Amino acid sequence: MANNYIGIFDVIGPIMVGPSSSHTSGAATIAWMARQIFSGKPVKAVFTLYGSFAETYKGHGTDRALIGGMLGYKSDDVRIRNAYEEAGKNGLAVEFIADKETSVSHPNTVDVVMTAEDGHTLLIRGESIGGGRVRIRRLNNIEVEFTGEYSTMIIGHKDVTGTVAYITKCLAEKKVNVATLKLFREGKGKKAFTVIETDSFVSEELKDKILQYETVTSVDLIEV
Amino acid sequence: MDWDFKNAEELLDLCTQKSMPISEVMINREIQLGETRREVIFDQVDACLRVMNTAVDRAVADPVRSMGGLIGGEAHKLDNLDASKAVCGPVIHKAIVSALAVAETNASMGVIVAAPTAGSAGVLPAVLMSMYEHYDISMETLRRGLITASAIGYILIRNGSVAGAEAGCQAEVGSASAMAASAIVEMMGGTPEQCCEAASVALSNLLGLVCDPVRGLVEVPCQTRNTIGAVGAYTAAELAMADVGLHVPLDEMIQITYDVGRSLPESLRETAKGGCAVAPSLCAECSKEAAWEKARSLM
Repeated sequence: MANNYIGIFDVIGPIMVGPSSSHTSGAATIAWMARQIFSGKPVKAVFTLYGSFAETYKGHGTDRALIGGMLGYKSDDVRIRNAYEEAGKNGLAVEFIADKETSVSHPNTVDVVMTAEDGHTLLIRGESIGGGRVRIRRLNNIEVEFTGEYSTMIIGHKDVTGTVAYITKCLAEKKVNVATLKLFREGKGKKAFTVIETDSFVSEELKDKILQYETVTSVDLIEV
Repeated sequence: MDWDFKNAEELLDLCTQKSMPISEVMINREIQLGETRREVIFDQVDACLRVMNTAVDRAVADPVRSMGGLIGGEAHKLDNLDASKAVCGPVIHKAIVSALAVAETNASMGVIVAAPTAGSAGVLPAVLMSMYEHYDISMETLRRGLITASAIGYILIRNGSVAGAEAGCQAEVGSASAMAASAIVEMMGGTPEQCCEAASVALSNLLGLVCDPVRGLVEVPCQTRNTIGAVGAYTAAELAMADVGLHVPLDEMIQITYDVGRSLPESLRETAKGGCAVAPSLCAECSKEAAWEKARSLM
């Protein structure tokens, strides 16, 4: 649960693997969030780096941080330093593309494309916005915006009337208070993601209940 | 009772009203806004102190090369300086060894605590660890030092900047130095007013400091800059304890620092296009570039 104030440990913190809060810690967090959102175990991850990420990623260990996050390491995990070796041991193939041409809205932007053993993929675009804080801006081809500072539920569904009503009814029944709710969609009646930030923990039971609804295709949780 | 404050003036008002040191006001604010408990805060403070301590010890005992390859082993080397050649005295010596060490740990992908940033992460541990080693300070006092530093850091983030890309190194090492100065004063039993005075002097002494990382890496001159942040904190604290200083309110000094930072040319704000970053002896590429520039200007 995050609150909108600058506290002691926002100043003295984060505890993190160096050398840069935006280039290392933020990168690890983006990949960690991507891993949480992805259903199944990724066997391959392709990272496309833009802006300042593309220019200096090696010297700041951005590559190792991204691999570490993809392996489920948080940004203070010392194994990040040896992430290439750890990826090898864990059967994760990685690839980096430094795209210095494409212009992006934030200088520290990365696209992560994950592939599972069964071949399904997911693209996530993340921005490292300073001090280790991050913002997810794209899921596949849908523009989104959330930070992972709250407990976050990402629900993939078809854009059909009644879906959001069903979801919020489930939340109300379990007394989960909504901090923010946003629906992002490809277009009317097409694929959509509803991203809900909540003030309390979302249980597996609640997740399963939402997943039962006919237009819902996926429910993923990011717990802080 | 509202424990929140927006600036140093409001913080000092709360300290006066409640007859409390800065750390105690900050703890109450955290309990209120974070809906947390004192023990939880102290556990996390201890976790930060442990990471700081390990970040120092690791680099001194077992130096490794940085990711960018520009630094590594400096803390160990300084720690082994022959006593007959040491000029700073034991407290400052320990502080600058620690500042170098944390910068090395950071640059080699070790674990550090950003305070307030990763690039300036050496300053606060340098002061806390050297104070703890050389003065009769309890763990409780050390914890309070860290919390006082966080209060000053919060005011800086809220009303100024702690980003080198926005306001130069004065915003990073300068802010860390101000935070550390206030921590020393509170740990030595100074008043909240003296804490803020120390922070104000520390900021003013590094006013205009540019952010000029060689090859854009958090290595050179960031590592040695951390030492001056720590030493500057000691100087400012001692001045404040004697009520000697500029007597410019901290809020005013933060605004001044912010204005100076934003007026720095972009080449001196983390872009690696000016200052030490283009020193020919530090940067193999820049001498070539300089030659090109000269050749082009003559065409």
